[in-house]
Amino acid sequence: MNESDPQRCGGDNKLNRLTKLIAALAILGFAILGLAPQSLAQDDGQSMFGTLTYENEEGEKVPAEGVRIFSEGIGEAVSDADGAWSIPVPGAGSFPLEIDTSTLPDGVNLKNADRAVLDVLVEAGQEKRALFGLLFGEAGSTAELTQGEGVSGRRIAQLSVEGLKQGLYLAMAAIGLSLIFGTTGLVNFAHAELVTWGMLSTFLFNAYGFAGFIGFLAPLPPPFGGGVNLIFAAIFGMICGGLMGYLLDRTIFRNLRRSGTSLIAQMVITIGMSILMRYVFVYNFGGSPRSFKDFSAQTAWSIGPVDITPKDFTAMALSIVILIMVGLLLQLTRMGKAMRAVADNRDLAESSGIDVQKVISVVWIAGGSLAALGGVFFGLDQIKWDFGFRILLLIFAAVTLGGLGTAYGALVGALIVGLVINLSTIWIDVELKNMIALLVMVLILMFRPQGILGRAERIG
Amino acid sequence: MDWGQILTQIFSQGFGTQAVVFALAGIGLNIHFGYTGLLNFGQVGFMAAGAYGVGMAVFWLEWNFWFGILLGIAYCLGLALLLGVPTLRLRADYLGITTIAASEAIRLFVRWRGNRERTGASEGINDFADPFYANNIFTRPGSQSYKFLFFEYRADDLWVMLIGWTVVALCVLVTWQLMRSPWGRVLKAIREDEDAVRALGKNALSYKLQALALGGVIGGLGGMLQVIDKQSVQPDTFNPVITFMIWTVIIVGGVGRVWSPVIGAIIFWALISGLEVFLRELLQTGAGDEFEQFLNLNVSNVSQVKFMAFGLGLMLLMRFRPQGIFGSREEMALDDR
Repeated sequence: MNESDPQRCGGDNKLNRLTKLIAALAILGFAILGLAPQSLAQDDGQSMFGTLTYENEEGEKVPAEGVRIFSEGIGEAVSDADGAWSIPVPGAGSFPLEIDTSTLPDGVNLKNADRAVLDVLVEAGQEKRALFGLLFGEAGSTAELTQGEGVSGRRIAQLSVEGLKQGLYLAMAAIGLSLIFGTTGLVNFAHAELVTWGMLSTFLFNAYGFAGFIGFLAPLPPPFGGGVNLIFAAIFGMICGGLMGYLLDRTIFRNLRRSGTSLIAQMVITIGMSILMRYVFVYNFGGSPRSFKDFSAQTAWSIGPVDITPKDFTAMALSIVILIMVGLLLQLTRMGKAMRAVADNRDLAESSGIDVQKVISVVWIAGGSLAALGGVFFGLDQIKWDFGFRILLLIFAAVTLGGLGTAYGALVGALIVGLVINLSTIWIDVELKNMIALLVMVLILMFRPQGILGRAERIG
Repeated sequence: MDWGQILTQIFSQGFGTQAVVFALAGIGLNIHFGYTGLLNFGQVGFMAAGAYGVGMAVFWLEWNFWFGILLGIAYCLGLALLLGVPTLRLRADYLGITTIAASEAIRLFVRWRGNRERTGASEGINDFADPFYANNIFTRPGSQSYKFLFFEYRADDLWVMLIGWTVVALCVLVTWQLMRSPWGRVLKAIREDEDAVRALGKNALSYKLQALALGGVIGGLGGMLQVIDKQSVQPDTFNPVITFMIWTVIIVGGVGRVWSPVIGAIIFWALISGLEVFLRELLQTGAGDEFEQFLNLNVSNVSQVKFMAFGLGLMLLMRFRPQGIFGSREEMALDDR
């Protein structure tokens, strides 16, 4: 590898590189840190929070508004239009939390009548979710409710569509991870933060315009001082994602490769980076979930046996188009071929005149913007500072399932993961669905460690 | 600014229960990674296994608390077998992904509502460790706390710390002796070159499994101590970020050195909590308003700065001094295998 050119690794350059690295990190942090607009961060510190929803007669999930929740001597809250409520607590400890059942909407009861008072244990700095199960109609036992509705063709169809949706969005995130692994050998734990970054930057642009990033622009007209339509915001989010990918590679990982830092050490560095980025996000964005300004409430279309909201339909169609485009670009263009060549055999690619450094840059840009777009699509449902981290293991599952380093494998793996976790809820509790994906991944690694589309090579 | 308060906090956190817990988990992880070269990203899973062993024995099986400790150890051994047999053959990065996935699977499983009778689901298990405190030698009639110079400790905390640091000392001693033994040399040989060890006729898989089990049990002891201290087992305290903190702890001290997890844990918690209390004090001075205005820093998000510093610290440490304070770069098992 010509990167480990001894002259470039000389002691003189070490200080230089240190300054560069620190400068890069500072840019990374402060690009969004100091410049954040009117305190987006809201109620942090420790609190109890939750969302009250129930299923109405049609089986739709609806929020329960105006329900009073209180904690003796601590405080009280009334759930808002989304059913969300939050009570800040003074410090760590155990607090009694009670729901005022007389304020519940008509016909709605607690699933479990003896659970109107909860003992909530909050740790220092923690936001503790407290759950009151609500039910339309007479209270039954929890056991019956977790059984689900049994197997019906309609339910399988609906769950398949949900699975396809999650799989497609996951694929957007997974392809970048897989390509980066293929070209550089790096397992990037911070890839999920690129998903969150796309989601958050799109939200900020959607809600505040450029002022969401640079506070003093606020008095200007849109797009500088005011939000723009989600479609433009999403394009902006993609650009932000690509830019972040490029910057991360250019400022951090290129230097690490040059200095001959081992891949495992690089992997631990991505772990540190993921934690740093996540807490920079929550510092500026606050801990509570948000949603985009446009398309937030839509009534579902009924297509055959399946209910789907127009935004989900559009997002799924778009992601199919984009994934096909990615496939075609990889297959047909010069750059796509170069990428596959580098992934296949880096040294051979380099000696046949491919500019490996440039290919890696392009892979990071493409991976970053695809992950960001995946984040936007996921964000149609919910935007939160740690969203990416919560799906990180699903992305890993998708990538290993399909075969680390192969773009098509990531796509196939993501679709399988999406379908498996959604269809598994027919037989098992919803709470366990993510666990199923992780177990499937472990099983695949046991019996076919190279993944579905990977080539057999020594990985053990 | 109250420097006395800051120093007191640094000292008491650096030697407090959190540091003991991380030292124990770190000793375990050091056996995995530092001596054997296993890239275990799921150490928190072993902590959870130990913690839930004690908790479930009391809560579900209604056993004696002290048998619960045995159950916790049994869980850790079981987990090591379950995890090790299929995955120890895999390459390092695959092993890392698998172990982190396994630890998350454990967390999701114990917080599943179907396990309410066994693990307490998302509410966890509370107030189960009374027999531990019944033997507290520091309990005395009249006063609940002890004062030394600037420090004030509750009798129960002193008891946890005494037992904790004793267990740490024992584990350090055991590790030290084991790693000098022929068995320990085989582990180090596996770290350096597994194929060579195989060629010498050693069963590398069996050795790796033993190392995984030993380190897992020590990690499990850490988990037990943590929940005994809080008198509460909460599923969400066993999240992957804890694993990464333990990694930072052993890297600070120096991977593959007997004392490194202990020193690392003390330094880690002293720095992390020192930073937080320093920032809190800073906010109370006259400059507090400026910090709020320009950096958005206020009392409620100070604890997030702590995590940013932790992430940044891990990155810089790994880049510029991967061998930590005491380690040697040559022995650092970071090759790609």
